[in-house]
Amino acid sequence: MKRLQLTEIVRPQLLALACILLLNWFVFPGFFTITWQDGRLFGSLIDVINRGAPVAILAIGMTAIIATRGVDLSVGAVMAVAGAVAATAAVAGQPLVVTLIAALLVGLLCGLWNGSLVAFLGMQPFVATLVLMVAGRGVAQLITEGSIVTFSDPALIFVGTGSLLGLPMPAVIALALMLAAHLVMRRTAMGLFVEAIGTNRSAASYTGLRTRTVILTLYAFGGLCAALAGVIAAADIRGADANNAGLWLELDAILAVVIGGTSLLGGRFSIPMSVLGAVIIQAMNTGILVSGLPPEFNLIVKASVIILILVMQSDRIGEIVARRFARLKLRGKT
Amino acid sequence: MATAEDVVLEARGITKIFGNHTALKGVDISFRRGEVHALLGENGAGKSTLIKILTGAYTPDGGTIELEGQPVSFTTPQQAQALGIGTVYQEVNLLPNMTVSDNLFIGRQPSAFGMVNRSATDAMARTVLAQYGLDIDVRAELSTYSVAIQQIVAIARAVELSGKVLILDEPTASLDRHEVEKLFEIIRTLKARGLAIVFITHFLDQVFELSDRVTVLRNGFRVGSEPVSALDRTGLVRMMLGKDLVHHNNGPVDGEPDGGDVLMSVRQLGLTGSVLPLDLEIRKGEVVGVAGLLGSGRTEMARLMFGIDVADNGALHIDGESRVVRSAREAVSLGFGFCPEDRKADGIFGDLSVRENIVIAMQARLGWFRALNRDEQLEIAGNFIEALDIRTASAELPVKLLSGGNQQKVILARWLATDPRFLILDEPTRGIDVGAHAEIVRMISRLREDGLALVVISSELDEIVSYSSRVVVMRDRALVAELRGADITPSRIVQAIAGQGVENVA
Repeated sequence: MKRLQLTEIVRPQLLALACILLLNWFVFPGFFTITWQDGRLFGSLIDVINRGAPVAILAIGMTAIIATRGVDLSVGAVMAVAGAVAATAAVAGQPLVVTLIAALLVGLLCGLWNGSLVAFLGMQPFVATLVLMVAGRGVAQLITEGSIVTFSDPALIFVGTGSLLGLPMPAVIALALMLAAHLVMRRTAMGLFVEAIGTNRSAASYTGLRTRTVILTLYAFGGLCAALAGVIAAADIRGADANNAGLWLELDAILAVVIGGTSLLGGRFSIPMSVLGAVIIQAMNTGILVSGLPPEFNLIVKASVIILILVMQSDRIGEIVARRFARLKLRGKT
Repeated sequence: MATAEDVVLEARGITKIFGNHTALKGVDISFRRGEVHALLGENGAGKSTLIKILTGAYTPDGGTIELEGQPVSFTTPQQAQALGIGTVYQEVNLLPNMTVSDNLFIGRQPSAFGMVNRSATDAMARTVLAQYGLDIDVRAELSTYSVAIQQIVAIARAVELSGKVLILDEPTASLDRHEVEKLFEIIRTLKARGLAIVFITHFLDQVFELSDRVTVLRNGFRVGSEPVSALDRTGLVRMMLGKDLVHHNNGPVDGEPDGGDVLMSVRQLGLTGSVLPLDLEIRKGEVVGVAGLLGSGRTEMARLMFGIDVADNGALHIDGESRVVRSAREAVSLGFGFCPEDRKADGIFGDLSVRENIVIAMQARLGWFRALNRDEQLEIAGNFIEALDIRTASAELPVKLLSGGNQQKVILARWLATDPRFLILDEPTRGIDVGAHAEIVRMISRLREDGLALVVISSELDEIVSYSSRVVVMRDRALVAELRGADITPSRIVQAIAGQGVENVA
């Protein structure tokens, strides 16, 4: 009865990434060149993981939420709020620890707000998080008082532009967070609970799972991730722009999760694959940038690649391929 | 009496392979005009695969199909339908939000100038349904009618569209006795009109009542095709199981029903609009059977005990202590387990593996942090797969691929893994095959002997009688009778359900 999925033969995401990187290499021969300078690595590849880090961090938080059939549309706005909080704190002369804690705490609160609406009031996640998606930018503008708050705290700037072991800070943070989240999901029973709730929420509560608490926790974690991404984005440009920080990034994050193979209908999920999805998206962005094509192409190319990946993941295609294989096998036997 | 000319549809050497699993191996079967042909087999025997091949939903990997002597091959159900093979599935798959006449004639309504002629359609619908003894408002939405009537509409549509072979996949599963009679009358009429009727069911009584011929499948093979007149019950069961079934020896359960300690006692427990206040004691080492019609409040009572609904009246004592069970989680932490009536909606995690489905309740009890590692999970799942004889190719198979009976065993295993002291089983044997049915009945008795307290809700009176130490009867949301000892007989239960000559519980 086991249906052979194409995804089990070759991970289409890896294939897609390889194709995109190759294409990038064709249009920009220096794409794979990596140099060591001033104690850190430079090059287009490094740029991909550095620029992709904010979306990757959002996707880490988004994955488990989507696995419970939810979605968090507010992460872009939460990025703006957290960036505004961090910038204001830095301008007020607070040390990095206080700045970080304040920003992350605000993100956590945003996540708890979303989670409460979804888990306890039973609102549709789409609508529940839409509230904060709209209101969040308003809150961020109130915090920055309508202007772009710039800061010069070197410690905070280091979070966005510094490097550790030769790798850019945002990438280091994203990788560490990915590892930590993956371990928590798979080494504890959290991953199983999330997948059980996403597969059949009613059965999960009959089984005695704290479905509401789990869902609340996931949205809270999503808020935390969004705040972290917001701090990185603000530190990168040394300022908080309430209007543009994280704008539309919630869509990229959802896309990254879906490219990574987590279904919007909930169930099975993989955080590392979502991060891979974010890298794929950024590889496309960077490729178009370095190729010298007008950035408008970005959107079209992105859409085409996404369609390609989704087609490769579809059950239908998997079935057709499996049937071909079965026929070949049968013919081989007789 | 039937000659070769009467054969309408004949399949030879049908083989179907899914991956590494051969679902059907060289099955021969033929259906004759004016004959009701029962197709039997345990779940997983290959019945539905065979039906799907005969109706074009699957393409066979081997074998031939002949319709009235002409070889045919169809790749879609529409082709099979056009050639005369119609199917009515267990879950009626019509359009509930459209009218009865739309459902009958959709896509081929009489029309003029591109406009559907409603009154002509309705008149045609009335004529068609009159043949089935049905006089209903054909302009009403289909969903406003009972499942039985929807089923008749589905049959009428299939016969109108096809007209040579009619395949009925467990048509009686959700009908009451009266509705089943009605359906059988219709099937007999269609038979007299010369249709070949294929009838899939789990109820042996119905096979003997309605069928002319029986084909039994087991593990993808055809065990045999016999005229019903040549068979008796035992013979048939033996064909299906390949062994003699130790038929449950009906009779009241031995042992003193009031022997064990009281585990749970409820006093005037009720919920407005759901269950009227009721009193009940449940003791260790006994099975309390719950009888009653659908909607009598039997499931609602179970939901109150398990904390899915919270009572607004009365008190609940566990081990003599007053408790309020506010959630399923609290119930589980008290050592309770609940196998819900709707397995698919509330029971299984379809996409998750058998292993995950078995360990989930235990893991939920342990909490998220104290995770069972993979080896521990595999060992627990493996033990229960063996102990409960769960038929699955591997513990990693998604549970949705298992048959109904095996899914039910997986849910039972899930609770047994938590080492419960109280289990509530709501219709544990509904829609599962004879073999698994008998195994679950035996398991209920074994758990009782192990000292568990069980509440078992069932519509099958013979079954309730065979394992209950006590039987309570629900009617109109109230507990109306409690039967003990020699009073536990199907006829006494029926009387109580009907509300005749029963002593109310004091």
